[in-house]
Amino acid sequence: MADAATAGKLSEQFTLPQLIARNVANYPDAPAMREKDRGIWITHSWAAYSRHVTDFANGLASLGFKRGDKATVVGDNRPRLYWAQVAAQSLGGVAVPVFQDSIASELVYVLNHAEVAVIVAEDQEQVDKVLSLREQLPSLRLVVYDDPRGMTDYESDILKSFEEVEKLGREYAAANPDYLKNEIAKGKPTDVALFAYTSGTTGKPKGAMLTHANLIGSAEGFIEVEELHRGDEWLSYLPMAWVGDAIFSLVLSAVVGITCNCPESPETVQRDLRELGPQIMLAPPRIWENMLTTINVKAADASPLKRHVFEYFRRLAEEVELARSEGREVSGGKRAMHWLGEWLVYGPVRDQLGLRRLRWAYTGGAPLGADTFRMFRGFGINLKQVYGSTETSALVAVQKDDEADPNTVGRPCKGIEIKIAENGELLIKSRGIFAGYYKQEDATRDAIDPEGWFHTGDAGFIDPRGHLVIIDRAKDVGKLSDGTPFAPQFIENKLKFSPFIREAICFGNQRSYVTAMIAIDLTTAGHWAEKRGLAYTSYVDLSLKPEMAQLILGEIEKCNAGLPEATRIRRFLLLTKDFDADDAEITRTRKLRRAFIADKYAPVIEAFYGGASGAELVSEVTYEDGRKATVRSDVVIHDIGGAPAARQAA
Amino acid sequence: MSTSSAVRSELAAGDVQLAVRNVSKRFGGVRAVEAIDLDVRQGQILSVIGPNGAGKTSLLNMISGFYQPDTGTVTMEGRDITNSRPNQIAERGIARTFQNIALFRGMTVLDNLMLGRHVHMKAGVLSSFIYWGMAQKEEVANRARVEEIIDFLKLQDLRKQPTGALAYGLQKRVELGRALALDPKVLLLDEPMGGMNQDEKEDMARYILDVNEEWGVTVVLIEHDMGVVMDISDYVVVLEQGSRIAGGTPDEVQRNPEVIRAYLGTSKGKGAV
Repeated sequence: MADAATAGKLSEQFTLPQLIARNVANYPDAPAMREKDRGIWITHSWAAYSRHVTDFANGLASLGFKRGDKATVVGDNRPRLYWAQVAAQSLGGVAVPVFQDSIASELVYVLNHAEVAVIVAEDQEQVDKVLSLREQLPSLRLVVYDDPRGMTDYESDILKSFEEVEKLGREYAAANPDYLKNEIAKGKPTDVALFAYTSGTTGKPKGAMLTHANLIGSAEGFIEVEELHRGDEWLSYLPMAWVGDAIFSLVLSAVVGITCNCPESPETVQRDLRELGPQIMLAPPRIWENMLTTINVKAADASPLKRHVFEYFRRLAEEVELARSEGREVSGGKRAMHWLGEWLVYGPVRDQLGLRRLRWAYTGGAPLGADTFRMFRGFGINLKQVYGSTETSALVAVQKDDEADPNTVGRPCKGIEIKIAENGELLIKSRGIFAGYYKQEDATRDAIDPEGWFHTGDAGFIDPRGHLVIIDRAKDVGKLSDGTPFAPQFIENKLKFSPFIREAICFGNQRSYVTAMIAIDLTTAGHWAEKRGLAYTSYVDLSLKPEMAQLILGEIEKCNAGLPEATRIRRFLLLTKDFDADDAEITRTRKLRRAFIADKYAPVIEAFYGGASGAELVSEVTYEDGRKATVRSDVVIHDIGGAPAARQAA
Repeated sequence: MSTSSAVRSELAAGDVQLAVRNVSKRFGGVRAVEAIDLDVRQGQILSVIGPNGAGKTSLLNMISGFYQPDTGTVTMEGRDITNSRPNQIAERGIARTFQNIALFRGMTVLDNLMLGRHVHMKAGVLSSFIYWGMAQKEEVANRARVEEIIDFLKLQDLRKQPTGALAYGLQKRVELGRALALDPKVLLLDEPMGGMNQDEKEDMARYILDVNEEWGVTVVLIEHDMGVVMDISDYVVVLEQGSRIAGGTPDEVQRNPEVIRAYLGTSKGKGAV
């Protein structure tokens, strides 16, 4: 293949718009993107992709968009929002995708910090949000919308529809036929292509500047270790602001020619997945867990015979997978039964989920429970772990097919050097390392040392096989007062493997024992309560039920059993609401903002270690429209195994 | 996205589209509706409010042909429809939803909406059965229109769901969709927000406004939530015990002493019938 000959060098030769021009020259009619609209998958070839990018870029140029200007896209995954990003890059501009569920105040910060000139919004909801902020956005010159629904009566001098801009673009191109071609040719791989705003577990978000070379280099490192073909189906359903989506939907599609498929709506992803049957997939643990829940619920509703068959083969699958991962031989009888299971259970389940054609799938972003991981593998899904971060252009380490392991994140991709610093922090050097944080030289100097090592902030080690293992955020790893190392995230992840626990946060640094605040999962815990005839009205009500405390106590004891004596959880309470990104307790990618939570819940932590038997939760809730309200409730603090309060006093 | 297939009335905005003249209805000794006049203008959102038993639903039933009025006339775009049957009135471009949801519970959302297109299907039994030629073309065209409605009301994830299994608020939305499938010029909505929570009400209000603004459909709305009525209506008519006691813009109606009396019952303005 012609592509293979130049592999490994693309990042030194091309920008993303130049790669797309290459694709149009090589295979103009191959499918580049699909979107499902009104129940039908509509295909856009590379020629059509390029035509839209060209028209929109010319339109932007006619409206004054220049080299170095920034264009934001906000909304669910739509082809036009991807085209708008490439159009901006074609003119030498920078794409700044933002999270579609960001509240107004978060948007203001990012849009102003990045000095965004153009915003391409998916629909009326996003346009309303942007227009409400207009006074606070001095650099904003143009707002473009994709879906015209409800926009009839909008009158704003800066508002235009996507079609209008494309039309302006065609007129502009007629008058300036070579302008865009020259602009694309001027692009250098070292130009900044994308600002990826990191979710920021501490303080304000930072805009990581990723160059064309970073993005393409990272993609090239990945395709040297993983099998990827032109025409592979990829479902673009992850948030566009997350660099993981950008690297597949924009970069790997341009580099390899995989086809991006935009689902009809966020609610139809599961059905669209099945219709599509992708060959490759990336999903955070939450999605895999949801799939597992769906399977289990359907199995529980089946007739007794089917249920028994399913149960038998499910156990068999886990057993076989465990043996395989430990390198043990499986008896011939079991192998035969596993083969039979493929026909009776595994194949049909994969088919129902839409994973039948899957060549490989990755889980990343957070740990996935070992049991869940093994079950999917046992069912014949080639699920593996991936590790990456925004500043490294998404991809750092992946697992090989025969080395899948729920406890590690695999080996570094080709061209990526890793080492562990003395404090246990993981350092990385690669083509994907970003060009710095926009307008934050201090933060950049902290992140990249003079030798060019990027400090990930993750604590980890390299196991004897050469696999990377991530333990926690380096700054979160602390010590109990007796000196025992304490990694809160490690414990929290174990807790979250329980289906009833949605979020958990552990405390213990400089304390004599570990405590935890738990947010229950309303769906599963609610289902559990219903099955027992336990009436409840709301999240608050359910979380205050003594029966719920007993259930979670049992779950924590299970988790404690796998922990060393010193770091076992001694006291816990159930929160009356889930952590919410709108309340700034977690980031948009659901990472805990520890310092903020510790501050907000300071009285609770005092109660934990002061021996009190209860605490008052005062939580300020921010509604989606920005209003605030205070909710107060008295919650019981539960002790596990003995009275740690007394030990504290002793 | 194109909304070209939505039917717009030939009347100019503001012309009287649906006229109710001196309409009365009695059930035995009960005067449900007493000599009511009502002008619904093209492009308007007109709300009919009033306490329980004021005759709002009876009025709607007479417009849509479910009741025959004892006296008076109903005209739609100049044509008398007083004694027409409900299906004939539907063909004139008047669609309605019901206070108590009236969907086919065992059928999917898609099938319920396709059924709403029934008026627009002309193919005979035989050609439909073999699904060939005209019947096939018609089915495809109607499905395309139904898909526009599904997109408009954000029902994409529910296409193949049986309506009986849906949450109440969603069933109401599907019912609105089925009424829209008729491509109506006038939409009669009987308590579209009854039994909904605040979020669902806001969504429904948004859809009603969008139907009105984007597709130019005239809306006659019966609703108890005064906040919604005052927010979205162009004109409000107040009924009490079968009679029209006031009519005007939301502001005018809210200041009208008769209306305040009827709702709050502070003083007796006139003797009980």
